[in-house]
Amino acid sequence: MASTFGFDEKAMRARRHARERRFRAYAITAIALAGLFLVFFMVDISIKGASAFRQGELLITVNYSPEIYANPNMALDPEVAQIVSRSFIRLIPSMMDEDSTLSGTTRELWVLASADTDQYMKERPNRLKPRQQKLVDSMMQQGTAKLAFNTGFFTSGDSKLPELAGIFSAAVGSFYVLLLTLLFSFPVAVMCAIYLEEFAPDNRLTQIIEVNINNLAAIPSIIYGLLGLAIFINFMGVTRSSVLVGGLTLSLMTMPSIIISTRAAIRSIPPSIREAALALGATPLQVVWHHVLPLSLPGILTGTIIGLSRAMGETAPLLIVGMMAYIPDVATSFSSASTVLPAQIYTWASDSQRAFAERTAAGIMVLLVLLLSMNATAIWLRNKYERKW
Amino acid sequence: MTLGSALQLAFMLIVPLAVLGFALANRQTQADNARGTEHHSPRAYYAWYSVCWVALPAILIFFFASLLHLLHLVTIPSTILLVGAVGLGIFGLYFSQKTISKEFRAIHRVEKVVRVTLIAASSISILITIGTVVSVVFEAMHFFKLVGLWNFLTGTKWSPETAFLFSTGRADSSVAPPEFGSVPLFAGTFYITAIAMLVAGPMGLFAAIYMAEYATPAVRKIAKPALEILAGIPTVVYGFFAAITVSPFIVQVATSLGLQADFTNALAPGLVMGVMIIPLVSSLSDDVINAVPQAMREGSYALGATQSETITKVILPAALPGVVSALLLAISRAVGETMIVVMAAGLMPNLTWNPLKSMTTVTVSIVDSLTGDQAFDSPQTLSAFGLGLVLLVVTLCLNVVSLVVIRKFREQYE
Repeated sequence: MASTFGFDEKAMRARRHARERRFRAYAITAIALAGLFLVFFMVDISIKGASAFRQGELLITVNYSPEIYANPNMALDPEVAQIVSRSFIRLIPSMMDEDSTLSGTTRELWVLASADTDQYMKERPNRLKPRQQKLVDSMMQQGTAKLAFNTGFFTSGDSKLPELAGIFSAAVGSFYVLLLTLLFSFPVAVMCAIYLEEFAPDNRLTQIIEVNINNLAAIPSIIYGLLGLAIFINFMGVTRSSVLVGGLTLSLMTMPSIIISTRAAIRSIPPSIREAALALGATPLQVVWHHVLPLSLPGILTGTIIGLSRAMGETAPLLIVGMMAYIPDVATSFSSASTVLPAQIYTWASDSQRAFAERTAAGIMVLLVLLLSMNATAIWLRNKYERKW
Repeated sequence: MTLGSALQLAFMLIVPLAVLGFALANRQTQADNARGTEHHSPRAYYAWYSVCWVALPAILIFFFASLLHLLHLVTIPSTILLVGAVGLGIFGLYFSQKTISKEFRAIHRVEKVVRVTLIAASSISILITIGTVVSVVFEAMHFFKLVGLWNFLTGTKWSPETAFLFSTGRADSSVAPPEFGSVPLFAGTFYITAIAMLVAGPMGLFAAIYMAEYATPAVRKIAKPALEILAGIPTVVYGFFAAITVSPFIVQVATSLGLQADFTNALAPGLVMGVMIIPLVSSLSDDVINAVPQAMREGSYALGATQSETITKVILPAALPGVVSALLLAISRAVGETMIVVMAAGLMPNLTWNPLKSMTTVTVSIVDSLTGDQAFDSPQTLSAFGLGLVLLVVTLCLNVVSLVVIRKFREQYE
């Protein structure tokens, strides 16, 4: 083809198209890498955590003789005693105290294996001696050692022994903290959003409030921890690491995001609805209460759920107000010390015992399932009630 | 009786009183209606008017009493508070029932009360801001009194461990004095932030370009929620992933290349933090790219430009303020991020350019100094507030600049 402008158009077009393809490839690579990371991350966590849902158990003979009050280890074959969870052995005397018929008898029981035995049965690194490994092998062949579903993980609290540690008390703590967060932040945030959208005159004060809310939403979460420490704990004397201080701290953090999403939901209601109600003689408050709020409720709820799920995964401010302490018990009141799921994950992750690594990953899986189902609920709500005016 | 139990008791007494007021007013207006009297306002508002009179005085009394108590100004005995609050509640009940009449405009009164409540709720954001700034500044002042602002800002050595010995007077000449030079902390913070932005900037931007310009609706429908999932993963989980999977991997790769890498290197948290920030960059950029009017694209295509030429020469320049503001927000997020660095970045302050070395950041030092068992007035504990103040100032500046960029340079397409 003849060259019109004195240079090779064909080559130039080819170059331009090559550049186009390259650019497109960059864009696809970027999104594919993000997707790949997500897949890799999920698979990695699942592989690391899946084994925690199964727990080694041993069928052993317990000899309830009176001598064991002096030394509980005597109840078991000395070889077996080394591969059984210490928690069980410690409990034998109190079991005999509770049930007087036990004394002098021998029973066969399924009990928890020690963390190292458990790890050996899962073919993970462990500290069992070769002799103990042989014993476990032979027990597995005889069927007196098995990997069973780990119900204890869901029903018990934290423990220093990995085989006993569970997420129940952390989950209950998370629930209470979220409940308080919702109670403190939701009413105030919705009232604030209603005022700003429906009633506020455009003056200096409202502008300051608006700028403030945007700034609050962008403050690093750890600063809220410092705030909680300085104001709630040192100044007001709220108990450290209590459910109350966690809920208060997180509600300060969640409030701006609920306000912002509530305002967006209220703003999406067309003015014609308000005008129609006003024209029929409704007062401004009636317009809000009877029309604007019910119509924007799905949007408000969506924003609230997303805000709460963010609060549920938040760890840094809670570390500052002391919610990473070792607390194995379930919280019974708002002032009792508690831990929450992310803090529990953090504590386990920093533990040096290997068996805690799988518990950490399993805890992460539970947390992710909870968070994803909250987010899915939010998306479902949004899709179900989304309407075009 | 403590203030807390008085509050509880008052709550238990005031709620039934309010319900009683509601019921009485309701009954009276109903009876009036039955006799054929037309009230000025809808009936429910008379009932709510009564509730306001019963509950509001009690709430206000307890609010101000708690405030005075907390500020250590005056402590009013709780019994007096309780009696006063409940007494006023009973008086309010009596008074409100007296006022209810045919001509009484209850609706306007109730609306006024509600409006004031709404204003009070909105002002809480100001209170939180003031509270944050005052509490952090106040504690930071204590710290700077002990350490000195200039030393803090320019010192290159951070070793606060011995501070508690000095504050309790147990130190002798063999103990090195604590040092609070924050330069290595800020260097570490900005270094890790830079690594994160090297990941999140290009990837987030290209992801946004792909979703806004190239993706078919079907692909977009999958890609967008996938990115949202990335945004919803808690940072403690990212931290675990960085420490357990990414760090050992980097150490392995470095060793096979003949390099020396620390187990808590700066690269792992940087990379993972970058992935964490991708959704922030991409969703904000996606919004601004979508906001560029279609006519500009069509104009560019009409002149014969390819799609990539249109994007780089027309759309991105038009969307630039929005993109810049998204990147600034991402930087502020990375600077303030805590859990990933706490779990994967190490505790040793280290002034180095080598990303394979251990580094520490401002947020790590804050957590580190507040999770020990020290007295609250020890310089080490207080240093957290000094660092927090600087962190607050830096992130607020970034946010303000990003808002200004958006507002100043926004193109108007009309």
